[in-house]
Amino acid sequence: MSRIQSTFDKLAQQRRKALIPFFTAGDPSPAFTVPLMHTLVEAGADIIELGVPFSDPMADGPVIQRASERALKHLVTLHQVLDWVAEFRKRNVLTPIVLMGYGNPIEAMGWETFARRCAEVGVDGVLTVDFPPEESHEAFAHLAAHCIDPIFLLAPTSTDARIERVARQARGYVYYVSLKGVTGAGHLDLAAIAGKIPELRRHIKLPIGVGFGIRDGETARSVAGLCDGVVVGSRIVQLIEDSPEQEVLARVGELVKALRFAVDQA
Amino acid sequence: MYNYPDKLGHFGPYGGIYVAETLMGALEELNQAYEKYRHDPAFIAELNDDLKHYVGRPSPIYHARHLSGHLGGAQIYLKREDLNHTGAHKVNNTVGQALLAKRMGKKRVIAETGAGQHGVATATVAARYGMECVVYMGSADVQRQSPNVYRMKLLGATVVPVESGSKTLKDALNEAMRDWVTNIEHTFYIIGTVAGPHPYPMMVRDFNSVVSRECVVQMPEQTGQQPDVVIACVGGGSNAMGIFYHYIDMPGVRLIGVEAGGHGIASGQHAAPLTSNSPVGVLHGNKTYLMQDANGQIIETHSISAGLDYPGVGPEHSWLKDSGRAEYVAINDEEALAAFHELCHFEGIIPALESSHALAYAMKIAPTLSREKILLVNLSGRGDKDINTVAGLSGITL
Ligand SMILES: Cc1ncc(COP(=O)(O)O)c(C=O)c1O
Repeated sequence: MSRIQSTFDKLAQQRRKALIPFFTAGDPSPAFTVPLMHTLVEAGADIIELGVPFSDPMADGPVIQRASERALKHLVTLHQVLDWVAEFRKRNVLTPIVLMGYGNPIEAMGWETFARRCAEVGVDGVLTVDFPPEESHEAFAHLAAHCIDPIFLLAPTSTDARIERVARQARGYVYYVSLKGVTGAGHLDLAAIAGKIPELRRHIKLPIGVGFGIRDGETARSVAGLCDGVVVGSRIVQLIEDSPEQEVLARVGELVKALRFAVDQA
Repeated sequence: MYNYPDKLGHFGPYGGIYVAETLMGALEELNQAYEKYRHDPAFIAELNDDLKHYVGRPSPIYHARHLSGHLGGAQIYLKREDLNHTGAHKVNNTVGQALLAKRMGKKRVIAETGAGQHGVATATVAARYGMECVVYMGSADVQRQSPNVYRMKLLGATVVPVESGSKTLKDALNEAMRDWVTNIEHTFYIIGTVAGPHPYPMMVRDFNSVVSRECVVQMPEQTGQQPDVVIACVGGGSNAMGIFYHYIDMPGVRLIGVEAGGHGIASGQHAAPLTSNSPVGVLHGNKTYLMQDANGQIIETHSISAGLDYPGVGPEHSWLKDSGRAEYVAINDEEALAAFHELCHFEGIIPALESSHALAYAMKIAPTLSREKILLVNLSGRGDKDINTVAGLSGITL
């Protein structure tokens, strides 16, 4: 059983929802990545989405764009991100790690090499924002060969046919984008999410995580009540940007603890 | 019979639909609308009527006699896309996409622009069809193409300078995509070149193919034959696909795409992914040859010409390169600038710096060919927008 599946199974038994924080690897600088991952877990994260920086993050708002730029100033590479996961696994063998980013750095490495390295270092899932199911067959065959879960996005605009298609190809969980827009936008519509989730559930038997635009405990709690997991990205990345370096870990830890508390109220 | 792309927008291994799920719905809607209207007689009639009376088509083909005589070799003919309304081939595409947007009930159009020609062409049709228009433009390009920025504003468009990344065309495209995904219900994204996710590369090519549709009729009328060589500059590649398209199935006609060599291919500072044998990658919705580092990060390009300053190339060009049907070469900044001045001098035509790349290559090979050979160059735009850049390089402030 995959680490992602067993994590959701355990949460389901406890009637709890998953808290899935995101941050960009290498931000604010490379030395922070592994300590931040441990901080997230200690503060109550169930799964970590680790962003792989890319020069042209088309689906991201300004907050995550700037995080990518900061990481790339330090010349962070996909190889390094994989090494950091290996480093993290020396002290943590339970928390699932999902790499989230754009396809080109993986294309440059080669999917075969990438999938093998993911398995070696202990990556559990891969979400390639700009590879929809239509373009994913070859790439994800390599992931499947190494038992890495392909995580797919669904959106408010996804038709029934597309939901069905994602249901067939997805493993681990499905990531529902809660608004029309880029990451970090601020116009999340709870009623619309509540309306869409049952539509998704008709086809999708995997857990459903919801993200994009969740910025506070109150929203996290409400969203958690509607699905199986809550993804919080831009809010954390914004805090990393706003904090003096010596306070990054403590502040992120506090924020995630508060989010954990909120999600557990759902 | 050349028959690309396939249903999902693939030109061999290139092209496709590499976008986030959040855009898939809009692309499906666009695909269906385009499939519905592309063969619809009423749509075609309206398009042709606007191309004739608004754009001023057909554009003439002009024999550059003095320039050819001076070079002493092959005859250079210019397809005068610079004479179109708004001064470039870009309007062929924006008229088409705006008419489609109108039929889809979209009241707001957005565009990215490099040189500003596509932005102007979009602002123009938005005014013509009564649509709101927002144009994204890298802040570096806002600087070097300021006359076009003002033109867009005169036409009622909002120009948004983009400060992220390299502050050029690719970043403008990123930002336009972000706008589109946010305002997807009422916004139509008019992409300005044969890049982006399917159906854009095909659709933009189709709308620009009016150029070669005219050439295959005009050339025999004027010269008694089809050209020996067709030459066009390649940024994203829309003017090149436009003038190549109806020649693809005529194997006797050589097709040459001219990329921006910048400071020279060896310098690394250029915008020539095909000529420099860049690796294949994925950007802006399609798979294509792409300038990137060993880690798959897109690298900054350089060209004197804002319209060619793009790290990728339309996927159909990648396919035409691999299949051997077209050849790709590069012309550097200096050569393009020299050609710019030569055309002013010999023919009284001020060409766009983009088009000057195609012209420079024609001028390079003309002396090596006999006087009976015919080179057809796509003079994709006029150079008024570039006078500040050219003056600056000559140490003159206007
Ligand atoms: C006059 C002119 N020619 C060529 C180009 C390059 O675009 P494409 O390669 O799509 O024709 C531009 C782009 O702005 C342009 O303005």
